[in-house]
Amino acid sequence: MTSETLIWLSLLIPSVGAILIWLTRKNNNLRESMTFATAISLFFVVITLLVRVYNGERPEFTLLEMLPGLSVHFAIEPLGMLFATIAAILWPINSLYSIGYMRGNNEKNQSRFYTCFAIAIAATMGIAFSGNLITLFVFYEVLTLSTYPLVTHKGDASAKRGGRIYLGILIATSIGLLLPAIIWTSIVAGTTEFASGGIIGDKLQGAMLGILLFLYMYGIGKAALMPIHKWLPSAMVAPTPVSALLHAVAVVKAGVFSVLKVIVYVFGIDVLADSGVTDWLLYIAGFTIIVASLIALQQDNLKKRLAYSTISQLSYVILGAAILAPISAVGAALHIAAHAFGKVTLFFAAGSIYTAAHKTEISQLDGIGRRMPWTMGAFTIGALSMIGIPPAAGFLSKWYMLLGAFETEQLVAVGVIILSTLLNTAYFIPIIYRAFFKQETPPKDAEHSHGEAPIQIVVALTITASLTILLFFFHQVPLELANQMVGR
Amino acid sequence: MFDTLQQHLPALQVVLPLLAAPIALLFGKKTRLIWMFATLVSWACFYISIQLFLQVQTGDAIRYEFGGWAAPWGIEYRIDKLNAFILLIVSGISAVVFPYAQTSIEKEIPPQHQSLFYVLMLLCFAGLLGMTITGDAFNVFVLLEISSLSTYALISLGRDRRGLTSAFQYLIMGTIGATFILIGIGLLYILTGSLNMMDLADKIKDLHGSRTLQVAYGFLIVGFSLKLAMFPLHLWLPNAYAYAPSVVSAFLAATATKVALYAMLRFMFTLFGADYSFNAMQVQWLFLPLACIAIMVGSVVAIFQSDLKRMLAYSSVAQIGYMLLGISLANINGLTATLLHIFNHALMKGALFLALGALCYQVGNTHISRLKGIGKKMPWTFMAIVLGGLSLIGVPLTVGFISKWYLLLGSIEHGWWPIVVVIIVGSLLAVVYIWRVVEAAYFKPADDKVTGSNLKEAPLLLLIPTWILVIANIGFGIFATFTTDTSKDIATLLFRGVQ
Repeated sequence: MTSETLIWLSLLIPSVGAILIWLTRKNNNLRESMTFATAISLFFVVITLLVRVYNGERPEFTLLEMLPGLSVHFAIEPLGMLFATIAAILWPINSLYSIGYMRGNNEKNQSRFYTCFAIAIAATMGIAFSGNLITLFVFYEVLTLSTYPLVTHKGDASAKRGGRIYLGILIATSIGLLLPAIIWTSIVAGTTEFASGGIIGDKLQGAMLGILLFLYMYGIGKAALMPIHKWLPSAMVAPTPVSALLHAVAVVKAGVFSVLKVIVYVFGIDVLADSGVTDWLLYIAGFTIIVASLIALQQDNLKKRLAYSTISQLSYVILGAAILAPISAVGAALHIAAHAFGKVTLFFAAGSIYTAAHKTEISQLDGIGRRMPWTMGAFTIGALSMIGIPPAAGFLSKWYMLLGAFETEQLVAVGVIILSTLLNTAYFIPIIYRAFFKQETPPKDAEHSHGEAPIQIVVALTITASLTILLFFFHQVPLELANQMVGR
Repeated sequence: MFDTLQQHLPALQVVLPLLAAPIALLFGKKTRLIWMFATLVSWACFYISIQLFLQVQTGDAIRYEFGGWAAPWGIEYRIDKLNAFILLIVSGISAVVFPYAQTSIEKEIPPQHQSLFYVLMLLCFAGLLGMTITGDAFNVFVLLEISSLSTYALISLGRDRRGLTSAFQYLIMGTIGATFILIGIGLLYILTGSLNMMDLADKIKDLHGSRTLQVAYGFLIVGFSLKLAMFPLHLWLPNAYAYAPSVVSAFLAATATKVALYAMLRFMFTLFGADYSFNAMQVQWLFLPLACIAIMVGSVVAIFQSDLKRMLAYSSVAQIGYMLLGISLANINGLTATLLHIFNHALMKGALFLALGALCYQVGNTHISRLKGIGKKMPWTFMAIVLGGLSLIGVPLTVGFISKWYLLLGSIEHGWWPIVVVIIVGSLLAVVYIWRVVEAAYFKPADDKVTGSNLKEAPLLLLIPTWILVIANIGFGIFATFTTDTSKDIATLLFRGVQ
């Protein structure tokens, strides 16, 4: 099969999957097999593409042309391939987890859940493979809209409120800032196609360049740069599989991925480095990292704490890009992968605790490690990766970012990374300590006695925890892709 | 035989629905039969407009002398790319609305008035087509009156008694507008002694300094602005759309204001010339602030409406603001955006009003509280509202995006950043009023006490026309080359002579 066909398939499979899931909604087992069949076929398609892109192929393909210069165009480059691969690896695992979670909690409207999930994955593929800003924007909006029913899944007042904030911020920033930025770019540069070295060149200088950068950075609301991060904690009203794959991986990574893409392929690292208009971005990203960590420290709700941790980790990627050294951009790209596996594991664990013990607050977790050893073991690995301790994958990305920060003598960035590592430790270690070393307060009645979560959940989180460690040892593929991105 | 017909297509375009109206009356009370007859007429008109459109694409404008009387004295029909495009829109929308009508009016119009409804619709249709096709200034007024008078009656047909007062309100304001237009045309006649548009255009060239000409221009612009509901002359519109029968709202929202806008463009660009309008009269400085206010006020007021038809009506005020904004940019991209939005807005509002008609058919009215549960019980109607709404917001891959794209291009070309902000804020306000609807339909379970326990999907005869327009919204959004090329072509033609 040609690579063009494979790109086609990677969009078509989840879309058709969504339809099949909806059509088989009357039969739960059949519907779940549809999800699996779709997820696994997508996995193979993306891996085949990965091998080709790794070997230097750069497939392209135009789906349709709305107007001359305004087309839906796909072009795979290394960073997009990395992003797509992460999503394609995690979707089957997440599906397994979803089945355990959704059935274990007797959630309603499961068909809508799986259908929207598949559409969201299709949108993620579209973002990852987008060849120009228009395509990126189209799928960015599809992703927002398709995840809205997932966020508001419960349908109660808090879900509705969360959904409003979610949609309000994401739509307002994308239409209000990102779209004008794209149109401005298209007028200035005459094109919206991504190209290595950037397309802006010397067509904009000084303050105008800074304004355009500002429009992009705050237009891409999914990157959750402060102060437009509020949608992410709001999205935590969603069922945990959604928080895990979408709000720790697909949606937020779509955000930082777009940020990286814009900085590397629209502005160009060298252009920005010469212009000196990115200092504010570095400071805002650093501010977000520290402040989000401080807020995370105060959260007792486990999912909220993880959400703020996500906000902080996302800004690492932005920080890595804003340091403007190729090697730190490599670190940023690696961090997309490292954080994905680690954070998915953490959310899986949170959902596992909720399913088995119906606990959502950290203060309730005393001694739970003895009841749910697999879950809390995986949680520990995920937490180590967040802090950046070897042998978890988080170490690698921080290492590369630090190298870049030293290389460009951005001492602020160095300080931020070190300080935030301490903060990460401060908000993760107490959870682990509680779970394993504190005595469980004796349950008032026998009902509270519980063991591990359903088997699907345990298997899923064990796999992602193992992947977090494996990524540390076998990091050649993502590293090579990241290097190809900056042309090293 | 066929050749003769082919030759007389311009006349048939108007005469066919005009004659069909009294014939429909002869059928008596057999409304189903009238309905089929009217539908066939609308399809025939659509076919004719396609033929005319194709003919003008290849060559020059078609000139047709009515009754064989030569141009400046007789009435001439003149079809160029601009009005062929508008004819296509008007008859295309009618070809979708007429099949929809019967099922919808069975619930909304008392049986004794149903045959009258078709007669009025056909008259209104004929009037709008005539206004568009004619090359005679006075003829524009006559046909405007035909369409307006039938519109007043159509609005008053609704079950809601408030329809009567809103029809009366529209009657007063519409008549003032028509009178202004008549005075304007009269002044032109006094100045030039001619009513033929091409002849007028020729003679006006030498009169540019004339005070009378300026007054005529003023009367015409104000008159048409009233008919097309420019802020602050829009006051008739919300009530008229809200209390008219659904099918009438859909038809009017998608065609009537568009034709009034076309007539204004025709006078501004063909008769007076772009140079006179923008350089001598500086009309863009009148339109620009009013358009911006219309976008803001229309959208904000729409957010606070609890009746969905009223909400869409206020949204129309805002959308008309976008069209006027395009004109006031006074460049090709801006005018392209206006023409595109005439087409695109007809599709969006047509689809949305038809979807509301389906809702009205099942639950009785279009108050926002009636939306409860339709997300589940009427999924197709609900999806049509959502997709139509997305197009109204201007999400990519819908037609709304294409119009906004050109508007933004036109504004950025001038470096008018505040206008860019207005357009964007307008879109965001649209997100708010559309999302209110989605939330209401999506979150609340059906309340059996309000809607009856047997709430189910609307009949196919309502859904199919609605979905034809919904699909057109997406189709023309994805494959936008046809509409943009046509609009750009027309805009370039209209501007020829100014730069």
